[in-house]
Amino acid sequence: MNPAQFVLDVLSLGGAYALMALGLVIVYGILRLVNFAYGELIMVSGYTMFLVSGSGLPWLAMAACGVIMAVAAGIATDYLAFRPVRAKSVTAVLITSFAFSTLLQNAALLFISPRPRAVPLPELFSRTVEFAGVITPVRNLITIAVAVIMLGIFSWLMRSTALGIAMRAAATNFRMARMMGIPANLIISAAFAISGLLAGAVAILWIGRIGTVVPGIGLQPLLIAFIATVIGGMRSLQGAVLGGFLLALIDTSLNYTLPQDLLKFRDAFTFSLVILILLWRPEGIVRGPASGQRT
Amino acid sequence: MMARRNWLTFVLLGGVIVLVAVAADLVGDRLLLRITTNLCISMVLVVGLQIFMGNSGILSFAHVGFMGVGAYTSAVLTIPVQMKGMALPNLYPFLADVAMLPVVGMALGGLAAALVAALAVYPLMRLSDAAAVITSFALFVVLHTIMYHWSDVTNGPRTLFGIPKGTTLPLAAGVAIVAVLAALLFKESRVGRLLRASRDDEIAAASLGAHIPRLRWQAFIVSALLAGIGGALWGHFITSFSPKQLWLKETFVILAMLVIGGPRTVTGAVVGVLVVTASFEGLRSLEGAINRADVLSEPLVGMTELTLAVAMIAVLALRPGGICPSREVGYYLFRRRSRGP
Repeated sequence: MNPAQFVLDVLSLGGAYALMALGLVIVYGILRLVNFAYGELIMVSGYTMFLVSGSGLPWLAMAACGVIMAVAAGIATDYLAFRPVRAKSVTAVLITSFAFSTLLQNAALLFISPRPRAVPLPELFSRTVEFAGVITPVRNLITIAVAVIMLGIFSWLMRSTALGIAMRAAATNFRMARMMGIPANLIISAAFAISGLLAGAVAILWIGRIGTVVPGIGLQPLLIAFIATVIGGMRSLQGAVLGGFLLALIDTSLNYTLPQDLLKFRDAFTFSLVILILLWRPEGIVRGPASGQRT
Repeated sequence: MMARRNWLTFVLLGGVIVLVAVAADLVGDRLLLRITTNLCISMVLVVGLQIFMGNSGILSFAHVGFMGVGAYTSAVLTIPVQMKGMALPNLYPFLADVAMLPVVGMALGGLAAALVAALAVYPLMRLSDAAAVITSFALFVVLHTIMYHWSDVTNGPRTLFGIPKGTTLPLAAGVAIVAVLAALLFKESRVGRLLRASRDDEIAAASLGAHIPRLRWQAFIVSALLAGIGGALWGHFITSFSPKQLWLKETFVILAMLVIGGPRTVTGAVVGVLVVTASFEGLRSLEGAINRADVLSEPLVGMTELTLAVAMIAVLALRPGGICPSREVGYYLFRRRSRGP
């Protein structure tokens, strides 16, 4: 096994995982809502790219359409599934987000097709290149670059802008933040929009690996984001990123070391690990701010 | 022991099940018989889920996982010996010569699910809210992954066939009635009352001496027992199935039935199953009619679930407790009667 190959694999997989986890945790941190419909934002982005593929636009414009639709779908989640039940129990919110996820998936089944649809990808994605002595697909390097750029922008946004500071304040103590004049609805919609933006970026990177989109495409990223946030810390943004890279490390190591007939049980191993970590530290490895109420 | 109004609830709910079953039997239409048997099986599963979710207030995603444990256990124990060579050629030798009656297999399927629950979930019962939901989801994924890949026993992702047909409408209806009785008895038992106290206020209940993890654990085992029996009934009804039929779509339907009906009451669970099954079958036949009419270029799929999802969000937004939010049906009738002249 080539160590440079291993590091590259972990970094490119970890970059994608970290973005997925961040999109989930930005909503959870502020609203304490586990958004089951998160995976479907990725699906929406994929289908948008499929639908505009015949339009003759340059690829970057198509990708932008995909990301914009993911953001729109994120905001729609807030309005349709979350806002009507926000003041009610945590369970009610969980169930509506699960229902919304089913709704989007079946809408794709009904209006598009149950069969896979090809998504346009630039030729660059399928090329390979020699880097640091190993031959690697260019898309892995793109994934790493996109992850670094997105994480950079995101941390600048959270640290230095009024919106980011307001969101962090809302995550710490929602009621107090409202008393200081932070508009609750705006902050919540902004969180869903950012979640959609991250999902859109993930969609391009993730579909770049597969090349097609199906109605169930969101499940795998959702599960990954679940595990990564639980490992890293449900309420901490840094924790989510850490969890993403840690999960990529675990997955890649298992891929390299587990024998073939145990490898198929990999999901069972990683999810058992999630249960164990939650028992040991119900808040994950990195503790977030003290929990506040949502309404 | 239960109060008289709870017996009244039991008689009414049991009466509805008997009525539906007898009516379907009298009409004798094969499709209707199928739908009614499925309805009774759903009733066992949903009432089982109500026992845990309604009393503890915690959403559990793992229910269909335990349904699968019951279905596969019963299948492995009841497939005739000569069929086993074809259906499960790599089965462990000590199981290869076993061929029990379906009814015995169902009981053992339920016990197996309860045993797995008893061994696996105790530590999870310490968690509340979102952490509890995510771990139950993780548990579901673990159970599903094992069913999907343990080829020697479950035939892996492929369809497991050759399960003897053992589920009849009277049997399914009978089990459903027993499940309703069990849920009502559990709700009024000491464990059920303490658990409901912890649902409404965790800290207050704990300060009164309720050992919350143990109470939740007991409810979860009863719930898994019914899930296992329901899964085995289902397996012996459709006689061949694969792990793909025990996944998120089925979880969604069962959850929708309970949420629309009202998770806090047994009446809600029964009403939810009736309402959702009726609308589900109506929509499905509409979907089928549209597909047969061949007006669209591609077959229509997913409309039924789409409508159900919209209905579920609407119910939660407009009537968060479901159709029957807090009182069993017997309460209203009993009150009216005792107020009379």
